[in-house]
Amino acid sequence: MTSIGTGYDYAVSTYSPDGRVFQIEYASKAVDNSGTAIGIRAKDGVVFAVEKLAQSKLQVPGTNQRIQGVERHLGMATSGLLSDAKQLVTRARSDALNYRNSYSASIPVKTMAEQLGMFMHAYTIYSGARPYGCSVVLGGMDDEGPQLYMIDPSGSYWGYRGCASGKGKQVARTELEKLKFDELSARQAIKEATRIIYSAHDEAKDKEFELELVWISAETNGRFERVSKEMVAEAEAYTQALLNAEMDDDE
Amino acid sequence: MASIKLKLPQAAQNAQEPITHSDGPIVTGTSVLGIKYKDGIMVAADCLASYGSLARFRDVNRLQAFGERTIIGASGDIGDFQYVQDELEKLMIKDFCLADGHELATPHVYSYLHRLLYSRRSEMKPLWNSYVVGGVHSSSSQRFLGYVDLLGTTYQSSTIATGFGAHLAQPLLRKAVEGREDTLTEEEAVKILDDCMRVLFYRDARSLNRIRRAKVTKDGMEVTDPYSLETEWAFAEHIVGYGA
Amino acid sequence: MAPTLKTGEVDLGTTIMATVFDGGVIIGADSRTTTGAYIANRVTDKLTQIHDRIYCCRSGSAADTQAVADIVHYYSQMYSVQHKKAPTTKVVASMFRELCYSNRSMLMAGIIVAGWDKRDGPSVYSIPLGGSVHKQPFSIGGSGSTYIYGYCDAHFRENMNREDALDFVKNAISLAMARDGSSGGTIRMAVITADGVERLFVPGDQLPGNSNKKKNIV
Repeated sequence: MTSIGTGYDYAVSTYSPDGRVFQIEYASKAVDNSGTAIGIRAKDGVVFAVEKLAQSKLQVPGTNQRIQGVERHLGMATSGLLSDAKQLVTRARSDALNYRNSYSASIPVKTMAEQLGMFMHAYTIYSGARPYGCSVVLGGMDDEGPQLYMIDPSGSYWGYRGCASGKGKQVARTELEKLKFDELSARQAIKEATRIIYSAHDEAKDKEFELELVWISAETNGRFERVSKEMVAEAEAYTQALLNAEMDDDE
Repeated sequence: MASIKLKLPQAAQNAQEPITHSDGPIVTGTSVLGIKYKDGIMVAADCLASYGSLARFRDVNRLQAFGERTIIGASGDIGDFQYVQDELEKLMIKDFCLADGHELATPHVYSYLHRLLYSRRSEMKPLWNSYVVGGVHSSSSQRFLGYVDLLGTTYQSSTIATGFGAHLAQPLLRKAVEGREDTLTEEEAVKILDDCMRVLFYRDARSLNRIRRAKVTKDGMEVTDPYSLETEWAFAEHIVGYGA
Repeated sequence: MAPTLKTGEVDLGTTIMATVFDGGVIIGADSRTTTGAYIANRVTDKLTQIHDRIYCCRSGSAADTQAVADIVHYYSQMYSVQHKKAPTTKVVASMFRELCYSNRSMLMAGIIVAGWDKRDGPSVYSIPLGGSVHKQPFSIGGSGSTYIYGYCDAHFRENMNREDALDFVKNAISLAMARDGSSGGTIRMAVITADGVERLFVPGDQLPGNSNKKKNIV
């Protein structure tokens, strides 16, 4: 790593001779080190799933949540540095309230993506700043229906049917690409998201993880809601059954 | 002797107009009534927003639900009430995002409203309203009924009435409710409120016979659609002359 | 205390109204502007375009309502550029509300916002002096409106067709102009639908039911 920057990686206000801003790339490395986060835009809603790696066996389940609500109809899943992500959530919430003050309406997901993207981008152009070490999967329901966006540390964002970031993003993307999004309900997407998080999990390197699942769909009245224990159990059973079937095939 | 010059303060120099420090109410709602009964809390208000003596908006909702088990009834300036509704909506979103497992129960909302109204009266920019806040706690089933106004005055009681209702309905409510909070049935509570709203319709020149009622119980909240009360006028046919 | 006009300030006196009909909204206004008893402008346009399919009707101080309408016009245009779509009538009404409520002690502005949008179809919002907002099926405003509450309550119908709605607005404003000294001149109207905006004009000598020609004038 030390030989890569050769002096051009100390500040985001300096390009390398071949036109790169190394600090942004290093921020992406911080994202790649974190547990996988995925988002699915189904027919009637969006689903977030996160592989929250346990820092310690003593960690209390349910703490350090990586999927958080921004407004009633809007939420975000993050991967990367958790404390950076917390600051972004706080920013997103205040942006959402500002929008409400101006227009007496809840912020469209696209507007939120643009504003948060601009905010993150500001940390990639000033020498004193460090880019945010996180990717944000932003999703929700608005007048346009279910919406899903992902913002990376450079501040750029795109809309997705399904997206992934973190350690297992390659595996997760391959799996996501197989889904038939036009036929997929949010309820089904919960099962698929669970399966994808389990398949992206690297048991050899990381042992314990907690599955975080949130959905915003017609079934939740367009509201950000953590998936119930019963539904999580059902999704995990579905995943386990598929894994068992695969094992049988292998034999 | 040298003349003594008296310098008057600016206010006294331009004494044509009185000095005012805050706006008054413009578009207004009249009384709100609230009582405790066996199963919880019941409140009532009419659907009118007056503009002076003009009955300008006749389909206004002055009962605002906050979460599942708190109801807020507003009288006074409607612009200020809408501002307060927006503030409460933001408070509710912040609480939703926190997702800390704690619920904003009725006493918390009551306290928030009190601090908001008191801080604004202290800035000499009062929010020109009187509020009735009622609710039932989700786990303890404890009932709450309180009053807050533009000065930051608060009190809790088993009967509350704002505006004209404080003069006309409060005595009737006390007589009907006090000491019977734990035995009054829903039907009795409805009748008490309807009877008081009828008196207010008869005697309050800023009232309307189109009212909403809300009840909060441990099972949740119900707000009625607007409805009208039966009124009695037939006796007047035989009244002739002014009795001199 | 409601704000009052300063001495010499130009008053839109005014009768304004807006109504929903089955394909859109119709807005209307008289054309009189006064300074005290003097008619400063007898052909005023009180129907102000805020966005492609959203208008406001202005009553109160000419200066205040022009200032507020100009600001909301600007914000609405910015909104459509930033969001890549037109603002809804509700959003525009909330912009008016924000300005009128937070400056209520300084403004003399009674505004009706009316328009058509993809989300809500036709809608009418009234923002009277205190800075509250009221969604209504039809709305009347200005000094002349007090004379026609009875007429409007009796004659408004839901789901009117275009011609009936135009007659409703035209007759109501004409009646108000006949009794309110601060309203008069001509009637300006606009029909706002999904297809666009059509502006209509009734000259002052062709008002419906012109009372000057009637035999018994009370």
